[in-house]
Amino acid sequence: MGAYIVRRLLLMLVTLIGMSILIFVMLRLVPGNITDIIFDSAGFVNPAQKKKIERQLGLDQPIAVQYVNWIGGLMRGDLGYAYVSEKPAIEEIVPRIPVTAKLAALALIFSTLFGVPLGVLSAVRQNTWLDYVLRVFSLSGLSLPAFWLGLLILMACVHWFGWIPIYRSTPESPWQELALLCIPAAAVGFRSSALVMRLTRSSMLEVLRQDYIRTARAKGASETAVNYDHALRNAVLPVVTIIGIEAAFLIGGLIVTETVFNIPGVARFLVEAIRWRDYPIVQNLVMFIAIIVVFVNFAIDMMYAVLDPRIKYEE
Amino acid sequence: MRSKLAFAVALSIAAPGLVATPVLAQKQGGTLRVYHRDNLPSGSIHEEATISTVQPFMGVFNNLVLFDQQKPLNTPETIMPDLADSWAWDATKTKLTFKLHPGVKWHDGKPFTAKDVQCTWNKLTGKDPDDFRKNPRAIWWQNLKEVTVDGDLEATFVLNRPQPSFLSMFASGYTPVYPCHVSTKDMRTNPIGTGPFKFVELKRGDSVKFVRNPDYWKKGKPYLDGIDWKVIENRSTRVLAFVAGEFDMTFGTDITIPLLKDINAQAPQAVCELAPSYVSINLIINPKAAPFNDPTIRKAMALALDRKTFIDILSNGKDDISGVMLPPPEGVWGMPPEMLAALPGYSTDIEKSRAEARKIMEGLGYSESKVLKVKVATRNISVYRDPAVILIDQLKKVYIDGELEVVDTSIWHAKVTRGDYSVGLNLTGVSVDDPDVNLYENYSCNSERNLTQYCNKDVDALIDKQSQETDFDKRKKIVWEIERKLAEDLARPIINYQRLATCWQPQVKGFVLHRNSIYNNWRYEDVWLDK
Repeated sequence: MGAYIVRRLLLMLVTLIGMSILIFVMLRLVPGNITDIIFDSAGFVNPAQKKKIERQLGLDQPIAVQYVNWIGGLMRGDLGYAYVSEKPAIEEIVPRIPVTAKLAALALIFSTLFGVPLGVLSAVRQNTWLDYVLRVFSLSGLSLPAFWLGLLILMACVHWFGWIPIYRSTPESPWQELALLCIPAAAVGFRSSALVMRLTRSSMLEVLRQDYIRTARAKGASETAVNYDHALRNAVLPVVTIIGIEAAFLIGGLIVTETVFNIPGVARFLVEAIRWRDYPIVQNLVMFIAIIVVFVNFAIDMMYAVLDPRIKYEE
Repeated sequence: MRSKLAFAVALSIAAPGLVATPVLAQKQGGTLRVYHRDNLPSGSIHEEATISTVQPFMGVFNNLVLFDQQKPLNTPETIMPDLADSWAWDATKTKLTFKLHPGVKWHDGKPFTAKDVQCTWNKLTGKDPDDFRKNPRAIWWQNLKEVTVDGDLEATFVLNRPQPSFLSMFASGYTPVYPCHVSTKDMRTNPIGTGPFKFVELKRGDSVKFVRNPDYWKKGKPYLDGIDWKVIENRSTRVLAFVAGEFDMTFGTDITIPLLKDINAQAPQAVCELAPSYVSINLIINPKAAPFNDPTIRKAMALALDRKTFIDILSNGKDDISGVMLPPPEGVWGMPPEMLAALPGYSTDIEKSRAEARKIMEGLGYSESKVLKVKVATRNISVYRDPAVILIDQLKKVYIDGELEVVDTSIWHAKVTRGDYSVGLNLTGVSVDDPDVNLYENYSCNSERNLTQYCNKDVDALIDKQSQETDFDKRKKIVWEIERKLAEDLARPIINYQRLATCWQPQVKGFVLHRNSIYNNWRYEDVWLDK
């Protein structure tokens, strides 16, 4: 197990180095840079002044030098300065992480709390009206675009309650924040729970046909014990995988939800930074997301062994 | 004559409001909540050419003079004292002296003096080592030789030649006075002014906050405790939020005609005013890119334009057909419709114009079976894309097969400046309804914002001539002559001027929407909340 963990950690390091090179190079392949954008809001471009700004920002240096400077800074905890706000990048990035993390966590809780039990229910009541209703529910969750669902929720709130559930100012209490985030979290979690529900259902259906389930029933185990202790425990591995993937996705993939509900989170900020070619923000944020994804995957792999003792990493 | 005309126009526009609005005592307090449509590039008004910066930040500063915030039209007659208590021209009309208001302090407590005025214009004219990173309106000050100071309370602007409308440029929201002791970098991120509101913080992509300046030198003002701007990029969300009463005001000119209908239906209590934005939709043709270096092809393109169809589709017929200057009644310098119709490409008989255009194209070897293929470049924003699509459709009528090339909005100006386009569709805003501003900025040979790099020495001479003319009627005639030449040269043909709406809740008082500029009425020092 120890050797496996070391191997995985080394692999993670290689992955992160690869990611850093990839994002660094790809960003610079996109046409235009920050100087074009700085001038855009002035409605003209002054080539001499543009060169001067490029020199000030170090964009005139060879790309390898720029990369080494960035990685060197990263090692020292210096993320550089945001090009647009001219503030330290860390000051721009850090306040946004908790906002997205809370939204993602709430969405994940929502999707797990609804997706897993409803998936189980749908499987054990296969081909009943309840199963059909739940399948339609999950299909609509997968097929409704998040922005559309978000806008529908906003329109409905304004129409019926004369109130709009958008993020206005920094909430004064955790409860206020919970109230602000739960509606967008539900909008995101709806799609996510539909995915979890469908996967749980299909996984459960497969397990419920196994011999050991029949044996459990023959021994007189209750339906609840059969479904949750015997079947779900064995069906949960792919569900855990998908929840892990969703968790990683939610950190950087909430662009539309953050935009529609006006949440000042990481994903919206990342898109904005890409639009502005704000390299220090984009590079560091993408690296942050990459680290989260890599670690979540690692955690899921570790969880497999806990959930299913048959899995031995030494082998 | 000029003042009479301006007064008559102003009265006709303002009268309904003046008659209908009862006189109310202003109430102190409350925070004005306004939404912002996008991420503002910086807080330095001098370095930007966008309403996104000037609208929230104008309240931080004072100008030397300012267009009256309570009058809907910007004219020389509506220029009011601001930091300057008075001003006077010398006999040669080349020296403009401002007497400054005593006892004014910057937000950081340092005293405001004539040196600050000198510093600001030294930066604008590139004489200060800590100059601006970008200086989009440098052309405004090309006639400025130097700024001299006499003590702390007198500054004199020395011009190379007389320029009667020079004062108008000082009255724009784009012309605040900056402090000497704050660097241009700090002015972008943490601006210090003398204005009614102090800058608190700018959270990128989230909000901008301002609080009342308790030591504001205009006693009793401002009435508001502060202004909170919330950035909401999604238009549907921000309009819904306004309808739900989350905001007291929309971002200026953010409401299009279809959205205006929605707001009128869903928030009937809201006050919404539709006004010209002085932002034009215009056709840009690269005269250096073959075959558009041939003026006859450019003429054929101009003849293909059906401006009425543009405005019918884009604004239900509300926008204005115009030449370069904003048309009357709001525009002071625009041509009357009958004169406009005589310009090349402005005929109301579209079919006749297009027949002429086809004839030109046939003469150049084009026909229905041999069309001229061209890419029509534009920014990837709907207000650009939509008219570009209509343009492509209209060009088809004269054997020009356009293909839409949407350009990432962030590199649009870089692409145009490089001349990396043949035909494009652009939007251009003008901040002061004065020929000096519009013509120098967009059509003179040495302007950096002359996107198509159109250069006609005769036109430049005429621009200089009108700039020195003191008689309003004579100057107007020269301006119209320039209009005619620009239309003949097809220098960035104006398709239409947009009309857009701004809305506010009934509790917002003391705000007057300007009718011939969207850049000059955001001081907010007269605005109060009737709550």
